[in-house]
Amino acid sequence: MLENYLPIMIFIIMGVVFGVAPIVVGKVLAVNRPDQAKLSPYECGFEAFEDSRMKFDVRFYLVAILFIIFDLEIAFLFPWAVVLQDIGMFGFLAMVVFLGILVVGFIYEWKRGALEWE
Amino acid sequence: MLEAALAVWDSIPVMIQTVTVLVIEVVALVIPIMLSVAYLTLAERKVIGYAQVRIGPNRVGPYGLGQPIADGLKLVMKEIILPTKANKFLFVLAPILSLGPALAAWAVVPLYDGIAVANIDAGLLYILAMTSVGVYGVIIAGWASNSKYAFLGALRSAAQIVSYEIAMGFALVGVLLAAGSLNLQTIVNAQNGGVLHWYFLPLLPLFMVYFISGVAETNRAPFDVAEGESEIVAGFHVEYSGIAFGVFFLAEYANMILISVLTAVLFCGGWLSPLQGVVPDTVFDIPVLGHLLGHGPHWLLAKTSFFLFLFLWFRATFPRYRYDQIMRLGWKVFIPITIVWLLVVGLMVVTGFGPWW
Amino acid sequence: MAEIQNYTINFGPQHPAAHGVLRLVLEMDGEVIERADPHIGLLHRGTEKLAESKPYNQNIGYMDRLDYVSMMCNEHAYVMVIEKMLGVSVPLRAQYIRTMFDEITRILNHLLWIGAHAIDIGAMTVFLYAFREREDLMDAYEAVSGARMHAGYYRPGGVYRDLPDSMPKYQTSKWHNAKEVARLNANRQGGLLDFLDDFCSRFPKYVDEYETLLTDNRIWKQRTVDIGIVTPERAMQMGFTGPMLRGSGVEWDLRKKQPYEVYDRLEFDIPVGINGDCYARYLVRIEEMRQSNRIIKQCIDWLRANPGPVMLPDHKVTPPSREHMKGDMESLIHHFKLFTEGYTVPAGEAYSAVEHPKGEFGIYLVSDGANKPYRLKIRAPGFAHLSSLDEMTRGHMLADVVAIIGTQDIVFGEVDR
Repeated sequence: MLENYLPIMIFIIMGVVFGVAPIVVGKVLAVNRPDQAKLSPYECGFEAFEDSRMKFDVRFYLVAILFIIFDLEIAFLFPWAVVLQDIGMFGFLAMVVFLGILVVGFIYEWKRGALEWE
Repeated sequence: MLEAALAVWDSIPVMIQTVTVLVIEVVALVIPIMLSVAYLTLAERKVIGYAQVRIGPNRVGPYGLGQPIADGLKLVMKEIILPTKANKFLFVLAPILSLGPALAAWAVVPLYDGIAVANIDAGLLYILAMTSVGVYGVIIAGWASNSKYAFLGALRSAAQIVSYEIAMGFALVGVLLAAGSLNLQTIVNAQNGGVLHWYFLPLLPLFMVYFISGVAETNRAPFDVAEGESEIVAGFHVEYSGIAFGVFFLAEYANMILISVLTAVLFCGGWLSPLQGVVPDTVFDIPVLGHLLGHGPHWLLAKTSFFLFLFLWFRATFPRYRYDQIMRLGWKVFIPITIVWLLVVGLMVVTGFGPWW
Repeated sequence: MAEIQNYTINFGPQHPAAHGVLRLVLEMDGEVIERADPHIGLLHRGTEKLAESKPYNQNIGYMDRLDYVSMMCNEHAYVMVIEKMLGVSVPLRAQYIRTMFDEITRILNHLLWIGAHAIDIGAMTVFLYAFREREDLMDAYEAVSGARMHAGYYRPGGVYRDLPDSMPKYQTSKWHNAKEVARLNANRQGGLLDFLDDFCSRFPKYVDEYETLLTDNRIWKQRTVDIGIVTPERAMQMGFTGPMLRGSGVEWDLRKKQPYEVYDRLEFDIPVGINGDCYARYLVRIEEMRQSNRIIKQCIDWLRANPGPVMLPDHKVTPPSREHMKGDMESLIHHFKLFTEGYTVPAGEAYSAVEHPKGEFGIYLVSDGANKPYRLKIRAPGFAHLSSLDEMTRGHMLADVVAIIGTQDIVFGEVDR
């Protein structure tokens, strides 16, 4: 069973290697003549007004939280989906109830305007 | 000579033998992928070129075939700039994090019946995990750059990916319902029986949602707000130069190929021949022609190429969405559609309606 | 609780959507624009001041370089104001030629605008399509003046020379074999008018192509409808002109309201928008291209039927022919005087404006009786439009700023002068 996952580990390692290799080659081959202007962050040719990391719109976090909820639901759905053909109508109805609760929450969010961006 | 080599080979411990074979297998798969990635960039420039009544690259080698190599060489020779304000470690990590998973996901992609580097039962979960990890590269790049345009790009990308991940996940649940397995080999084999048995038909809405979400997930037009050339210049990779940028570039195209191949595998029967059931089965026994028309990896290649062409076609045709519109599309259109269709599919599976399950 | 701070960001001049050298300082709450502060002057070349030190005719070249995508219209306003002060009138054929080239220029400008606007919003194919058509019109510029962009073709008293009877043709080369060249030259066998006639018959189909890509495209509509709305009242208060004003529903076009040259003899319609949003202005400009095409066609027909002089015979203002110069002392002196000292314009002041592709482009000229302007003031439509950017973008998102810059059709040559 677990030996099936050995190729995956190797594949992941190779993936990383294929990402690292060009950067190393680039570092070795490419010229490196930094100066202050070159190393400054890009802001259309002018000095930046302030640091770029600062408080930002809360809506982004709202979306992130919604995402976590929904992603969890999907995680719950996965095993159910695999065995649905075996558990039949009862399993289906159970999931309808589950999805129903989810949809109620979703409609609530929608009506509350959590999905609005304007 | 050969025997001597075999003797040496036999003297190596079994563990190392396995690993060596695996490494060779993996490299034998990754190198063609990287080559496809390189030539996909040329294909993109050619396709978009012809769409825009021009020729595209035609100077480096015959028909411009040397262009990707020339581009690669150019990028390798260029300075990699590490901005002073950047978080150096994350800055270098980000491109690797984007490319690594895009390649690693290939481990479970079945090229033909029984041919995959790893035939695991949690294939689909692994794919979902890898595609999700890949997007962190974009977010980390934007954060590490410590530049406002990059930061905006990262935020946009985060919000967008988070929204489409859900629609994508729901679409995958639909495939699971239909196939009853997480194993990609099984999923393809479950679609056996001709074009009408492929899942794109019963799962049509999910199929469209999956592919469009895939386009969004790879930050391609019309969903390329994280890059948004005319708005936030280059978004998350505005501070990257030389091959560090090149790796992002490779990752984007590797992801495109991955999404295309997954769409082909999950919804369009992978290596299955579309002629099955159309021509009499005896045709498949004809020596060469039969192999060409019958099941085979070349059908997977053809289907993947078709979806890749769609990526390029979209880019040549559509204007870019504004990102709140993207979010609206994701949350208010795709998620309701997928939930409804999941219930429909579930009902069809339970009642055994249709020829698919 | 910490004070909430807006995100201040420099947008431009090193920015793909800055249309040259616009510098915007944006204050944003998230991605919503709270304030947009345009900073201009990065392309300031002192045209108005330079004009004060040059004889009248030598300033024509500066006018081309104001709005460098609608060159001849700028020249037009300048030569018109000089003609007004000199009290001369232009031969009818020259007036038709000017009208025709004004409209060619309008199409040139709108083609660049639609390409840039579309590529700003992310549809990059239209740009290449538009440039395919621009190429033909640039060839028309070249055939008539020798320059593809900065023509210097209009002169006080007429136009520099009559329309050519033959078009320059492509030659075979390493990249084009004889067959390909024959195809490229197919519509260049006759004179300029035949070439333009052929273009006019093809052009409506090209506009249909752009419309296929954009007009009914859902994404295009989502990106332009209800973006940057300006009410008719506000548009007039802010000094909008041209398509920006007409997009808001105000029917105002100098070609109809104060006809100059031969616009009163031609048939054309003025498209007017309803909503005053980016989409309305897009539709207005698209229709203007079709109407310009119509005007060019009428001009071609008239010009074919009515040969005649294109310059005033008054050699104090216009150069004598080369032929006369060879044998006639008087002509030689005229030529020398005109190209060195120039002519004097009676003391006084005048304003003259044309319906430039971007709006009302006017020149206000003060003369003290010398051979060069005492003061030249340029009324550039883009300046008024740009000053409304803050009002138009407020409350919209960053991506809409780009759409609004596009819809204003800003060119910094005229804004910064």
